Amino acid sequence: MHELLGMAADIISIFLFIIGGGFMLIGAIGIIRLPDFWSRLHAAGIIDTVGAELILTGMMFQAGFTQVTVKLILIGLFLFVTSPTSTHALANAAFTAGIMPLGMKRNESDKVLKPAPVRDGVKT
Amino acid sequence: MMRAIGLGVGLFGLWLALSGYFKPFLLSLGVLSCIATVLIAQRMRLLDRETVPLELPLTLLLYWAWLGREVMKSSIAVSRVILARKMPIAQQLIRVPTTQHTEMGHTIFANSITLTPGTVTVETTDDSYIIHALTDAACDMDGFASMDARAAKVGGA
Amino acid sequence: MFFAILLALMVTMLLVIIRLFAGPTLYDRVLATNSFGTLTVLLIGLLGFLTERPEFLDIAMLYALINFVSTIAILKFFRYRDISRGLVQAPEEEQRNA
Repeated sequence: MHELLGMAADIISIFLFIIGGGFMLIGAIGIIRLPDFWSRLHAAGIIDTVGAELILTGMMFQAGFTQVTVKLILIGLFLFVTSPTSTHALANAAFTAGIMPLGMKRNESDKVLKPAPVRDGVKT
Repeated sequence: MMRAIGLGVGLFGLWLALSGYFKPFLLSLGVLSCIATVLIAQRMRLLDRETVPLELPLTLLLYWAWLGREVMKSSIAVSRVILARKMPIAQQLIRVPTTQHTEMGHTIFANSITLTPGTVTVETTDDSYIIHALTDAACDMDGFASMDARAAKVGGA
Repeated sequence: MFFAILLALMVTMLLVIIRLFAGPTLYDRVLATNSFGTLTVLLIGLLGFLTERPEFLDIAMLYALINFVSTIAILKFFRYRDISRGLVQAPEEEQRNA
């Protein structure tokens, strides 16, 4: 019975590793292949969310019910919370710096933003 | 007071998870350090809704499960775009209206949009966001509206 | 099994580091650095499994924390050319500055 459970955990984690590693490689290909910064942001998003979380879950199945799993859950939660924050900070910084997407099809940003206030001579 | 106790319990749980020690002497040291941290946080007036979000309902876990499915779906879509021979990219900056009232609701909704590959929140205001979408399929307004409603339910609209 | 996923991770890191050196703008480089940090967290965790020393996970967790803070600090520095400036100023401070 115990061996059977171990084998099931092995199979599940191999499955998760294959899918997670595949998404990671696809994200890396995207980072190389996509034409400009804004589209690369999405490829990096695939690496940071799907790839990392699936591989961490695979490691959890290998570790079983131990302290290692708790630590892995903590790392996963932390990545889950911080990766969108840093992606948003990056996108916002690039937008503020005036970098625009290549061959933009539609731009509705003027509808949302009012003219930026100038504070201490720095556009905020 | 409720928040101080909540922070203390959370910190002690974290201490136990990271150290894994159960000897009485080390446990008492852990309790002491947690109490000292809570006292310092109290003195810095850090104990508020933002640092100790006791109001978050347990349905957050259900929301995460739903979000995980959405993330999988959209990452498969973005992977198709990356692996296609001629990448069908149609980049756009679109306006997405939001009905969130609390800061937590705004955080949950904007982070959920960023977390799904294919869409990134670029700028936020009180009533709408600027979203960068990779393809036409990514800017699905009904999808944003349903995510908005779910986030409002979790974040307290 | 761990070896295979480690190999995939290495290839991913190589591709990301190519973008880190090639990236035309600063933001491409920051993006690559951030992804590289996430991949390093996974690499440290997997090394812990390979060498059967789970203490490596503590280092991985620390690395995740440092990676996030450093990304935010780099972005803040290149936006304001100053790390000590507050992102949101308090109302009375704003009046004093005006």
